[in-house]
Amino acid sequence: MNGAHDMGGVMGFGPVVAEKNEPVFHFEWEARVRAMTMAMGAPMGSNIDEGRFAREDRSPSDYLSKTYYELWFAGLIRMLLDRGLVEAEELTAARSMHPAKPVPRILRAEDVASVLAKGRPYGRTIQQAARFKPGDRVRARNMHPTGHTRLPRYVRGHIGTVMHIHGAHVFPDSNAAGLGEDPQWLYNVRFAGRELWGETVDPTLTVSVDAWETYLEPIM
Amino acid sequence: MVARVRALETVLTEKGYVDPKALDLIVETYETKIGPRNGAQVVARAWADPVYKARLMKDATVAIAELGFSGGQGEHMVAVENTDAVHNLIVCTLCSCYPLPVLGLPPVWYKSAPYRSRAVLDPRGVLAEFGLNVPTSKEVRVWDSTAEIRYLVIPQRPSGTEGWTVEELATLVTRDSMIGTGLALDPHTHGGQS
Repeated sequence: MNGAHDMGGVMGFGPVVAEKNEPVFHFEWEARVRAMTMAMGAPMGSNIDEGRFAREDRSPSDYLSKTYYELWFAGLIRMLLDRGLVEAEELTAARSMHPAKPVPRILRAEDVASVLAKGRPYGRTIQQAARFKPGDRVRARNMHPTGHTRLPRYVRGHIGTVMHIHGAHVFPDSNAAGLGEDPQWLYNVRFAGRELWGETVDPTLTVSVDAWETYLEPIM
Repeated sequence: MVARVRALETVLTEKGYVDPKALDLIVETYETKIGPRNGAQVVARAWADPVYKARLMKDATVAIAELGFSGGQGEHMVAVENTDAVHNLIVCTLCSCYPLPVLGLPPVWYKSAPYRSRAVLDPRGVLAEFGLNVPTSKEVRVWDSTAEIRYLVIPQRPSGTEGWTVEELATLVTRDSMIGTGLALDPHTHGGQS
């Protein structure tokens, strides 16, 4: 979706302000939100793309008025309510009022270290040959899906060069919608800054994105 | 937020969906076990050992795992090297993608709208706000982390560090130098040999 999360090139946010000696978490509740989001991946049977969409699928004013972990909290609540794992009245009452739903598995303390160390690789093996090769000129499609996508608006319609084939990866647009992994070839595509932003930007600038095959079309 | 988050944790715990001890362990891991000291080991090793560096540039995921760093948000790593001709900068314009096993959790500025919006349009302006003025002769190469590939910048090794050990070199490698918003520290004023 063309949401407020897609920030590349937006103006008016002001300078970047770095905090000195920044703590890992500023508040304990932020740490709990992060940990609950990670731990609930197993019982919810959710994936990272659904999680991202739950955070970004909201009005621009809502997205921009929330802090980072407020967005995470809102995304987690939404996924829990959508799945019927908790009810809104339970959150208000701060106690469980209905029996737990059956869940595929939960994250036990003894498994945390191995789960964190293992991660969740998104590379897959597919039968189709890659459509593009390094050096190919490609255009990022002019597309505006209403669901989750990882093709930023600022590259859409612009021409870049395939630099590298990362392999086949889970396709987020499909995965976020619960429609399966639909793995596709994933490419690093580099754009000249002036192709993206016009003649006034730094002539040395290049920007690359990692783009799935159906985000791209060949240049004849 | 404190009360709402506590309410959620209570409900999830009462229903048996989360093990509160697992939550404690996740928090502890991020607060104490993973952070930019991990990435600094990777960079220092690459500086000191050309054979390791070749492996790192060819398959960063495997080379980083050799040093014991792997896992979520580091499943598919790519190392990009700063040179006399190129300065690399990492961003995630769409959210906050960051190579957790080597850098830990991202700082607030990395996740903020000012950085995400401007890093791809005016990176030199952003770098100047970090006190970094990249010569106009250098290409500024920005990597927007739009997939599950996570990037690690290998900063240039400072001169005057010939013969330093990996441990000494690692003291010069900052978090920002591995994102691209900084350089490795000056060996004459920081760290290194005692």
